[in-house]
Amino acid sequence: METPVSTRINAPRPQVAARTVQSGETSAKLTVRNLNFYYGSYHALKSISLEVPERRVTAFIGPSGCGKSTLLRTFNRMYSLYPEQRAEGEIIMDGENLLTVKRDVSLIRAKIGMVFQKPTPFPMSIYDNIAFGVRLFENLKKRDMDERVEWALRKAALWDEVKDILGQSGHSLSGGQQQRLCIARGIAVKPEILLLDEPTSALDPISTAKIEELVDELKRDFTIAIVTHNMQQAARVSDYTAYMYLGELVEFDVTDTIFIKPKQKATEDYITGRFG
Amino acid sequence: MLTISGVALGFGLFWLTWILVTLLLEGGNALLHATLYYKMTPPPGSDGGLANAIAGSLLLVVAGTAIGTPVGVMAGTYLAEYGRKSWLASATRFLNDVLLSAPSIVIGLFIYAVYVAQVKHFSGWAGAFALALLVIPVVVRTTDDMLKLVPSSLREATAALGCPQWKMIVFVTYRAARTGIMTGILLAVARISGETAPLLFTALNNQFWSLNMNAPVSNLPVVIFQFAMSPYADWQRLAWGGATLITLAVLALNILARALFKKTS
Repeated sequence: METPVSTRINAPRPQVAARTVQSGETSAKLTVRNLNFYYGSYHALKSISLEVPERRVTAFIGPSGCGKSTLLRTFNRMYSLYPEQRAEGEIIMDGENLLTVKRDVSLIRAKIGMVFQKPTPFPMSIYDNIAFGVRLFENLKKRDMDERVEWALRKAALWDEVKDILGQSGHSLSGGQQQRLCIARGIAVKPEILLLDEPTSALDPISTAKIEELVDELKRDFTIAIVTHNMQQAARVSDYTAYMYLGELVEFDVTDTIFIKPKQKATEDYITGRFG
Repeated sequence: MLTISGVALGFGLFWLTWILVTLLLEGGNALLHATLYYKMTPPPGSDGGLANAIAGSLLLVVAGTAIGTPVGVMAGTYLAEYGRKSWLASATRFLNDVLLSAPSIVIGLFIYAVYVAQVKHFSGWAGAFALALLVIPVVVRTTDDMLKLVPSSLREATAALGCPQWKMIVFVTYRAARTGIMTGILLAVARISGETAPLLFTALNNQFWSLNMNAPVSNLPVVIFQFAMSPYADWQRLAWGGATLITLAVLALNILARALFKKTS
């Protein structure tokens, strides 16, 4: 807490961070408790605690390097791909701490889909891009697989654009279409949570609008966590917003509260553009 | 600077063109005789061709590539996908680079010592092993490099679906790096098709048609070596023909590799 900024964050941390979702609203899908994260010796996340509510959109905002993407990458254990990265604490999903499960990490990732900043279509056909993930866990007949691919593409609002070119390479699509293909690929395996890591920052405004509509649509079935640089986007699509700064969770609340009447001065400064 | 580098370029191109023109002038004619492709290497003074040497060369190159490629691709995969920056991977990369530039005659002598001297006869297999040892470092290097070019975001996206690493490598990263890896294999084939030194101590040569890999196998480079050194005009003519044939084949492989690589990048 020696950083100059810490002086701006006056309230004691537990009071700030541990705002729990109230019972009337929705239950928590993910419960994060006292999460610390390290890139080698660099302490990137500092005692994060929050609850990600089920079937709602939770946005993570904050300046670059504040740890919002890092936090997202702990939810599906993405950091485990890199030996020098480690996390301590608890991320509870369905009564199980994801950070210490003995089961295969792949099984966790199958339940938690992720879409990245840049579209990452696989070097295969549009159809196979969707079917690839499904085949990892399910052995479907051709007809059922066709249905699943169509279902996922419809969910991602891409079906009408690609239904006649399913055999073409995923790379032949435009950036916005590729990103929706990645979303379709993520939901085709029927995960419970969808993590979106700045999904629109590489896209044009029209594609962005489509994806935002989609997020609104998808929250009926999935719990969504979205990292974004764009505050208007967070205000538009999310139900809850977490403001992070320098690896700490400054404030977490209902989106309207964060944007209209934040409790922290630091949050207000960031939201109003006085800083960040 | 422009002048110096321009002169250097001209200097290099001059010799290269000279070699190619001489080859085509001296050997081009020999290539047009059909006997080159179906008659055996002759005793001096009689009519003959290079059929046994061409077939033997093809056999050795195919066998050498077939042995070396899987080893090279697997080792390259280890370096890029598993070892990455570990000390074992770094040490392997360094040793591989040393092997890459090792004189091919050393490779030939090595196989001679560990294989030919033990079984007490020259053989096609020994030649194939020596060629495989030349293929491996080239393929390791290109596979490693090409897999490293695959963006890590693609790997993360695959892992995010809950895909185990081996499936990710086989179905996603190999596919993404496919043409690069193929190019590396083609370049390795081009490299070994003209190698003489490693075959001198291993496959040796054979005057007759033989595809028996447990016996000495005829091959173009060694035939060229012997015939070119001989005092007989008809042998020298065949040597020119063989040299031109190899050069054109290697040229074709290089062009193919370039075309293949260009298509994706």
